[in-house]
Amino acid sequence: MKELEQITASRRGFLGLATGGAALALGAGQAAQAATVRTNARILILGAGAGGAAIANRLTERLDGAQITILDGRPQHWYQPGFTLIASGLRKADYAISSTEQWLPRGISYINEYAAELDPEANRVTTTGGQRIEYDYLIVATGLVLDWDAIEGFDLSMVGPDNGISAHYASPELAELSWHAMDKFTSEGGVGMFGRPATEMKCAGAPVKLCFLAEDIATTKGNRAGCEFVYNAQAQNLFGVPVIHHRVRQIMDERDITYRYQHVLKGIDLGAKTATYTTPDGEVTDKWDFINIIPPQRAPDVIRNSGLSWADRWTDQGWIEVDMQTLRHARYPNVFGIGDIDGVPKGKTAASVKFHIPVVEDHLVSEIAGREGTRIYDGYTSCPLITRIGRAMLVEFDYQDNLTPSFPGVIAPLEELWISWLMKEVALKATYNAMLRGRA
Amino acid sequence: MEEFSFMTIIAVFEEIFGTGLFWAMVVVAAVITLAYLYVLVRDREMSMRKFLLAQVSMPVGGAAAVWFVMLMTNSGFRDIGGPIDWLVLLGVFGAGAVGFAILVYVVQSFVRGKTTDA
Repeated sequence: MKELEQITASRRGFLGLATGGAALALGAGQAAQAATVRTNARILILGAGAGGAAIANRLTERLDGAQITILDGRPQHWYQPGFTLIASGLRKADYAISSTEQWLPRGISYINEYAAELDPEANRVTTTGGQRIEYDYLIVATGLVLDWDAIEGFDLSMVGPDNGISAHYASPELAELSWHAMDKFTSEGGVGMFGRPATEMKCAGAPVKLCFLAEDIATTKGNRAGCEFVYNAQAQNLFGVPVIHHRVRQIMDERDITYRYQHVLKGIDLGAKTATYTTPDGEVTDKWDFINIIPPQRAPDVIRNSGLSWADRWTDQGWIEVDMQTLRHARYPNVFGIGDIDGVPKGKTAASVKFHIPVVEDHLVSEIAGREGTRIYDGYTSCPLITRIGRAMLVEFDYQDNLTPSFPGVIAPLEELWISWLMKEVALKATYNAMLRGRA
Repeated sequence: MEEFSFMTIIAVFEEIFGTGLFWAMVVVAAVITLAYLYVLVRDREMSMRKFLLAQVSMPVGGAAAVWFVMLMTNSGFRDIGGPIDWLVLLGVFGAGAVGFAILVYVVQSFVRGKTTDA
């Protein structure tokens, strides 16, 4: 029960930043950090994104004498929750860019290379530069890869206003180019296509948000009548959580956005400006003037080749086989997973990372100290589902598809609110930054 | 991971306004507050005449605060959704109104010096 209270308090803390006073009051109740543990364990972290950087900071604080190595080939850190704001013209690309190194603690070894080979039997990783690193504990926080090649006829050089193609998941720069495409479309009118892939994906709300934002921008420009909006869902719903699906559908109905179920983008024809969708009734080809492309998402090859993936689930995607509550690998108990790479039913979001961190920290530090970890991840994730510039719904839910509002009775999860927008716009990045530093 | 420190809240406000503007505002607010305490101590009373003008100017400060927040957050009155939004809006208005009233009182005290209410 104490555990539950802590989790709830922390969740409130995460979102309570927008209301500084309330957050201060909550902060007062949370003191007493666990003591540090003396060890000479070799800990290897794969990936220095949100999960990797945050757990590196936490472990540096909790463990005294551990040899921590973090591996990431990309020198830039990307604040991915900001990509939607960039792709809708509210921020420039640099809003989401910082250096990976600035988030990492002193006293650890940071190797600016990717893992090329991972052997969990031998507890060994070989880097792309040929270094061999042996570990006692491995934390997999590689994130995922966007499989752009899976969209036939498309490559990232096509993104921008000239072709009317948006690909806002790709990078901060391409999110900004995607905005120029959306800006042109909402000014000139035509058919806008939106949708999501059939694989698991990061932030399942983002495709919906971008559609809502485009509709809102066209309305603000006075060109709503000249634009048609079509949202293509991969499943028989618009959102995996039924109650949120119904709310999104209602808003789409109110705003005259067409939605289609079980339409998965297969490929595009740039010359003809058409997109082909796979449906249960065969392929469907439609014209577009603007299209937002979000490709299938998978684990990086090095992970898929390592034997850490599930053997019988998500076999085309390769997420690692962790216990859904402890995030510890089912077959290799010295391996943990954080973030997008985890093969769990929900939560490839930064908010989920925030709740993965203390669980992995607890189980790893407890093991080193010779105890059993106790913390549990309940599948919590959250999504400030922007419905237009200035309003959002703060939806939060867990493995059971239960809504888990941080402020029950105060901030209604299915209501379009200004305060939820304020949180997304101004408070989330700072909270995210604090998380990276291990402070939130 | 569980702690929720004062520094985190500082980090949030730095993010909202930008580090430079945020700390400039903190300094301005601190200076005005200190000046207010100074004139109260100096005059050894609250001047009701000055206080009246300060009160009359409160709506200006409140409106300015609301405008500022909406400008900074790409939003407007049409975005006000439920009751919590109205409370936040009132809170912003109230903070702006009180802050501006103190400012007006302080400015009068410095410009006009100690006056007696007669």
